Parts: sequence; structure tokens; C-alpha cells
Amino acid sequence: MGMSRDIQISARNVGVAIDGVTILEGVDLDIVAGEVLALVGPNGAGKSTLLGVLSGDEASTGSVDVAGRPLGEWRIADLARQRAVLAQDNQLSFPFTVLEVVEMGRSPWLRTEREADDDAAVLEAMRETAVTAFAPRQFPSLSGGERARVSLARVLAQRTSILMLDEPTAALDLKHQEDVLRVARDRARAGDAVVVVLHDLNLAAAYADRIALLERGRLRAVGAPADVLTAELISDVYQYPVEILNRASGDLLVIPIR
Amino acid sequence: MTTVNMDATTRADLVPRRTRSTGILIASLAVASIITALVSIGSGQLSVSPLEVLSILLRAIGIDTGIQPEHQNAEAAIWTIRLPRVVLSLVIGAALAVAGLLMQAIFGNPLAEPGVVGVSSGAALGACSAIVFGLNFFGEWTTAILAFSAGLVTTLIVYVTSRARGKTEVVTLILTGIAVNAFCGAGLAFLTFIGDTAAREQIVFWQLGSLNGSRWVQVAVVVPCVLIGIAASFTLVRRLDLLALGEKSARHLGVNVEALRIVAIVLVALLVGAAVSFAGIIAFVGLVVPHLMRMIIGPAHLPLLVTSTLGGALLLMLADLFARTAVQYADLPIGMLTSLVGGPFFFWLLRRTRKRSGGWA
Repeated sequence: MGMSRDIQISARNVGVAIDGVTILEGVDLDIVAGEVLALVGPNGAGKSTLLGVLSGDEASTGSVDVAGRPLGEWRIADLARQRAVLAQDNQLSFPFTVLEVVEMGRSPWLRTEREADDDAAVLEAMRETAVTAFAPRQFPSLSGGERARVSLARVLAQRTSILMLDEPTAALDLKHQEDVLRVARDRARAGDAVVVVLHDLNLAAAYADRIALLERGRLRAVGAPADVLTAELISDVYQYPVEILNRASGDLLVIPIR
Repeated sequence: MTTVNMDATTRADLVPRRTRSTGILIASLAVASIITALVSIGSGQLSVSPLEVLSILLRAIGIDTGIQPEHQNAEAAIWTIRLPRVVLSLVIGAALAVAGLLMQAIFGNPLAEPGVVGVSSGAALGACSAIVFGLNFFGEWTTAILAFSAGLVTTLIVYVTSRARGKTEVVTLILTGIAVNAFCGAGLAFLTFIGDTAAREQIVFWQLGSLNGSRWVQVAVVVPCVLIGIAASFTLVRRLDLLALGEKSARHLGVNVEALRIVAIVLVALLVGAAVSFAGIIAFVGLVVPHLMRMIIGPAHLPLLVTSTLGGALLLMLADLFARTAVQYADLPIGMLTSLVGGPFFFWLLRRTRKRSGGWA
């Protein structure tokens, strides 16, 4: 990598202020095809807000280009074929079944030639997130973690070249956390651009190609895990002493000093 | 519980669609509606059998069945009095059920209903102003247009005030309804106070809800509005399904949520305005019908729209038949009947919603 990187989203000098309080300021970031970018940082650092700006949910100053076109020029329907977004809370007003919910992910492709992929996309997404067995169940009857996986299946079924996930692992147990991030990494290996907000630095270390570290609305560091996850930087940003372990396998482990 | 074929390669292999139960429901509702219509047209002081009714109706389109009505003036009574009333009850029932369905979808709350949240009384306030102030700048259409405008304003007010962070909580919705109903009630009281005796009588009729005195003139105003309203609703169904995911997720899937909301609110006002302008406040149809249908065939909006249209028509025809025939020589107010049944139903729904969410959220 590093030579001809296919930039899917390019944010320049992005800022967000709500009621005079600065939430984000001067953020420059590229979302690149073929890689997983993890957004990390302490609570209130602006991770979800940044994801909201990149997905077009939040208004911001500065500029955001998606596939080379300013975000504001995109039609809502066209944008839905470009990027899929997994929100943090996944509510549902009416008792649709799991299968119906996942199928909703295909609606941007209605009346396009990719409509033919509907069944395959839905079934594959359900397999990847291990929710096939829930297919006929009503979404509201599922547990929090199951709902999170079904929502992820809906987002995967959308089969867009940009995937944005806001804390997809928050409600999940250890196995499903690993499964979800493995799916995200597989999508990136297949050429998609994946942005994921993560709390767990060890998951970011294991699965991200690049990590963007936010601190009070500013981008403190962006780069490969080994460059961003240093004891000095993490201890400073999180205001808590940590040590970094380099395991023989090449993995990094962030361990708080207790 | 449906079994899941884990090796499915198509969606149909995984879980069969609910088309069969939907089909059966649509067919039963349609058949029940036709039978009820024939019975209802034949019922009243001058009794005509359903078969005779059918032959009279068929004759009008050039099919002669050879059956002659027993009464000389049966045909005239049916054409001038009974038929317009049954048609009006059918159309208004469909309008109210669809308006309820649309409101529930955009509020994201199964308890939203034109009567409960005050849209109906808002529209009634508009209609009553036309009577008391003797307004007739649009001729036959004046009452309907005022009912529509007032209904539109009320829907917008309820919508804007009862939502917080893209969702409407039950408590907020119902308290908003209380406030709107109180305000509109005061407006109606004022109109009753300043109106003359004839106007007062009409206002009382509005508040009770009645199909008494329905004629073809009114049918001609209501039917086009309701047909347009329901036909336009069909174009929204897929987006209403997606809206169940919440505004943000719907937008991520390509739905222009703002535009969808505005169109749905205008349609609600159109349907409720058309219904209220000639029949008064008939509450709870919009609550009961979509809810029952959802329980049978699930929440997908396309089948729900078809079945709610039929179910609303059937329910109001039955209510009207009962209102006309339950007490001899008396025409009970139909709004009173629907509230008599709908009130307890609403209460049951509230309790159930509360139990499920563990509070009033």
C-alpha cells in the first residue's frame, strides 16, 4: 500500500460546534478502499460525531468528498448505494421479522440491475453475522447483542463499497466481537473501505490497518497501529498510564497499569 | 415456530413469505364487505333482501336478473337514501383506517390515531367554522376544504410538539392529544355559543359523529379525496417500512425522511378532513383497524394498507348498520358507537404497551 490509494471519502478541516461548544475541529482524514480504519479516543472525543459527519448525518464546516464529489451534492438515494451505516442504537417501531429487517438493507438497489443479488446478499450477510437461525423471529423479541448482529447483517446486505460502523461490538460477547471485526476485515480485503468506531484498543490493534486517535475533537494521531498505540501517546490521551505489550505473533496489547 | 432451513440458497427456502395468510385475509375482508354492503343497503324501515338489492344494483349497469323487488318504491329508496349512506360509511371507514396507519408509521408509535391526538377535532373545528360563519366561498367544497386546512395545521402542530429525538413517546403523544383536544373543544364550545339554533344542532351532530342525511352530493366530494389519499399512500409503503428503523437508518437506506413526512402529513389531513367534513368525529377506527391487521399479517405496510382499507370500510359499514337498526325509529350517532368499542380497546392497548416497555416510554 501507500502508492495509489483509492480514496473513498476525504474530509478536510472538518469542524462541528453545537451551541457554541466545539465538538470537532480541524479534522483531516481519508477513508481508503481496502483498509479498515478504526476511530478511537476517550469518551466525548468526537468519534461518533466524526462518523456522523462522514456519513452525512451531521452538518459540519470544512469539506467532505465522497467518491470525489462533495457530500452536499449527493442525492440521498444515490448515497445509499455508496455507503452503508450501522448506527449505535438500533430501534424498530414495529415487530418486523429478522429476515424482513435484513431485507430492508437491499432497498437502495430496488429497480437497479443489482436487485438480482438480493437473495444472495441477504443470505450471505445473515450467515456472516450468524443470525440465519433467527430469520423468522420478531426483531423486538431478540436480546441486545442479537439485535446488534441483525442490524449489522442489514448493513452488510446493502453491499456498498463504503462501510461505516458505529461501535458494532458494544453489545457483543467475546466471540461475536471477534467475528464482527473479522467480517469487517474481510470486506476491506475484498476492496471495500471500512470505518469503525471502537472503544476497545486491543480490538483496534488486532483488526485495524490504520487507527485515527481523537482527543477532545481534534485528531491527535493517524497511522498504523504500531505508530499510534504507543504507551506515551495512549497514556497522555486517555489520562491513564498504560503499557504496550508486543506479543511474539506481532499483535499489540494495550494494558492499563493497575 | 417456523423452521429455518440453514442451507437455504434463496429467501423463499429460508422462510416462506406470509403471502398466503395475507391473501386469505384480503379475500375474507372483501367478501365480508360486499355481504355487509348488500345487507346494509337492504336494512331499515323498508326491508329489502340482499338478493333484491343485488338485482337492483346490477340493473343499473345493464344486467337484468329477473328478480323484481316486493316494494314499489324500494328502488327509489335504495338509490336516493340507502346507497349514498352505505357508500359514505365505506369510504369514510377506509379513510380513517388509512389515516391511522399513516400516522402510526410516521410517529413510529402504534397508538397514534387521528381522534386520540386531536386531528379529528381540529378538522371539526374548521368544518364548524364554515357553518357558524356561513362561509361558502368554495360552494359544496367549503366545509371539506376548511376541515382539510384545519386538520393539516393540527397534524403539523401535534407532530412538531410531540416528537423528541426522532421518536414520539406514548406519554408525550397522549398529553399532546389532550392539549389539542382541549383547545379544539374550547373552539367548538365558542362556536356553539355564538351560533344560532340550527348551527348549534349541526355542531352537536359533528361532535357525536353521524352519517345521517348522507346524499350523493357529499359522496361526490368525499370519494375523490379519499381515493386520491389512499392511492397516494400506496406510493409510500416501502419507505414507511424503512422508517420503522428510525429516521437516521431510513436516511442511510436512501429515504428522504423530511419529504416522506410532509407527504404523509398532508395525506392524513386530506383523509381526515374528507371524513370529518360530512360525518363528524368518528374516533378509534384508525387505531383499531390497523392494529388488528398488524396482529394478523405483521407490520409490512403494503399488505397492511390493503387490509386496513378493507377493514376500515367493513368496520364502519357494520357500525352504521348497527346505528341505524339497533333501536327502532332511531339513528344512533356512529361516533358514539366507535368510541364505545374503541375506548376500552385503546385502554387495553395502553396497558399492553406499558407492560411491554416496562413503563410509559
